Amino acid sequence: MIGLGKMGLSHHAIVNAHPEVKVVAACDTSGYLTDVLSKHTGLKCHADMERMLAEEELDAVVVSTPSKLHAPMVTAALERGLHVFCEKPFVLDAKDGERLVRLAEEKGLVNQVGYHYRFVGAFQEAARIVRSGALGTVHHVRAEAYGPVVLRPKGGTWRTARTEGGGALYDYACHALDLVNFIAGKPEGVTGVVRNSVFSRDVEDEIYCTLLYGNGASGQLSVNWSDESFRKMSTKISVWGTNGRITADRQECQVYLREPHAALPEVDTGWTVRYTTDLTQEVWFYLRGEEYSAQIDYFVQSIKARRLDGENTFRSALQTDQVLGMIVAGGSAAPGPAAAGPATAPRGVLARLFG
Amino acid sequence: MTTPFNGIQMDRVLFGDNQFFGVNHMSEEKARAQQMRFQDLGAIIDVLDAAYQEGIRTFMCTTHDRVEQICDHFRANREKYPDYRFYPCMPYAHKYANAVTEYGMIDTLRKFLPDDGALGAMLKGGVALANKDVDAILRLLIDAEMKMFHGLSTPVIFIQNVITDLLLGLGMNVCFRTFHDHVREKYGAEPGFITMNTPKLLDVLEAQGIENPIVCSNINKIGFRMCGGIEAYERMIATRRFRPVAMSVLASGAISPREAIDYVCRQPKIESIVFGASSRGNIRQTKALIDELSPRVAA
Repeated sequence: MIGLGKMGLSHHAIVNAHPEVKVVAACDTSGYLTDVLSKHTGLKCHADMERMLAEEELDAVVVSTPSKLHAPMVTAALERGLHVFCEKPFVLDAKDGERLVRLAEEKGLVNQVGYHYRFVGAFQEAARIVRSGALGTVHHVRAEAYGPVVLRPKGGTWRTARTEGGGALYDYACHALDLVNFIAGKPEGVTGVVRNSVFSRDVEDEIYCTLLYGNGASGQLSVNWSDESFRKMSTKISVWGTNGRITADRQECQVYLREPHAALPEVDTGWTVRYTTDLTQEVWFYLRGEEYSAQIDYFVQSIKARRLDGENTFRSALQTDQVLGMIVAGGSAAPGPAAAGPATAPRGVLARLFG
Repeated sequence: MTTPFNGIQMDRVLFGDNQFFGVNHMSEEKARAQQMRFQDLGAIIDVLDAAYQEGIRTFMCTTHDRVEQICDHFRANREKYPDYRFYPCMPYAHKYANAVTEYGMIDTLRKFLPDDGALGAMLKGGVALANKDVDAILRLLIDAEMKMFHGLSTPVIFIQNVITDLLLGLGMNVCFRTFHDHVREKYGAEPGFITMNTPKLLDVLEAQGIENPIVCSNINKIGFRMCGGIEAYERMIATRRFRPVAMSVLASGAISPREAIDYVCRQPKIESIVFGASSRGNIRQTKALIDELSPRVAA
């Protein structure tokens, strides 16, 4: 276990409870935490990752450190022949991402990124329905994520430091974009980027942009982590097609079909709603949500089966990083003649400031 | 063989609080509508009054900031609810989780611990946490969460599943012992453990010498969030020594009320059923079903 922050501790608890895995060691720079864990749980802790990798006999690592550390740490683990589960976002620079995809694939190592929404039953159902073609020709997708993270002008963690991969873009928007890629496919262009601060000094708290597809379809991204009206992070995706629409969040999946479709015989015309109680697969250990356990088990099973082309691979997460990269650049060239917007998106004042 | 504290008798029906704070496992829209309705304290009190009139005398509630106002109401109207009891469930985890994102882990601890104590000073000085400090910090955190209930009856005090299950996964088993001891020693109350992983937790509590614990977990006919599977739960309820409290019995509405209550009442040994509802009609219906379908036992 590399990194024992909020996600690292959560992963550690889940991995530690997995019947087929033994946690050999962990490393973190926080002496308080490693002291407590080693004293009370017998966990062997290191302060230095290189030393841990050199001294311990490992098969795999889970990397849950601040985002800017992902690239060097994942590199070190892969070079030692270890399977890697890396927390999201994958890496901050898509060039590093391309290199790591190649490295993992060349070495035949299992590689997975923690986009846990792909393991939520309602989102899996949405992906299944959209991919079935039952919605007809898809012409619009909307991804939204709101929550109460930054509600006043302060904060001193890496999440509020731009150079460390902080900000609502890497904490919230990446999840929404990964769901877009998962359910509707990767957009080829981005325009109309707005990245504003609401309270933060150094990072954006809200992000809005238009997503463009080569066939003329479009999308909207709307993300704001300074919204107190939400109890916790809430992510929703909607897809419109010529034969209907679908809206999914963590709790439910609502479909509207204009006409029945051969690819989806079990779904009638009109509204069909399926709930999490029906869509959720049981897990062996529950902490915060089935999806967190399910993704760890998936990683473990991938290692056992040497599955290199599963869900949430580095290659798949790199696609999300690439869309994030387009947003950071303040937009991209439009993908084709059918798409709306200018050939080169103008860079607004805010894009200049942040981009 | 029961220890003296295990003598605390729980009511058959406990009233839950999810509906008041926008927690709904089925629908975010429904959760928001409930949040709107219950942002007025009077609306919450009306529902608690309705439950009280239906004979429900225990409110099992999270240590959400707003529960403090509810406590104020009950303190100010003791004569109206002479036999009312609270079962606090601590902590309201989002309060901490959001703070960790904003301040980091150690600063969050500093923020929630009393300023004046020696521990606060130690943390501020960056001294590593020694053995006994974890015990002391936990006790202080429990006291901080219990403040809002001063002067009210709290015969059972629960630790919330997100914390129980985090500690369980990490193997911080000693924390369960601290929680157990502090709740008994300082509050004269029985500790309860909310979990989504009952079989695993029971083993750990037993190893900590915690006998016949009150354990609250999802128990419902469709096996929703019953880790280890419904058969394992049924076996465990029938054979292990613990005091089960069933929650999520309706699985957020996925099971019809009669079918749901019938299933839970058929499981032997379940002492209490916790449910939340927003209308007098639903409260009455569920309470009546539990009364009707519960096996007859000597009172």
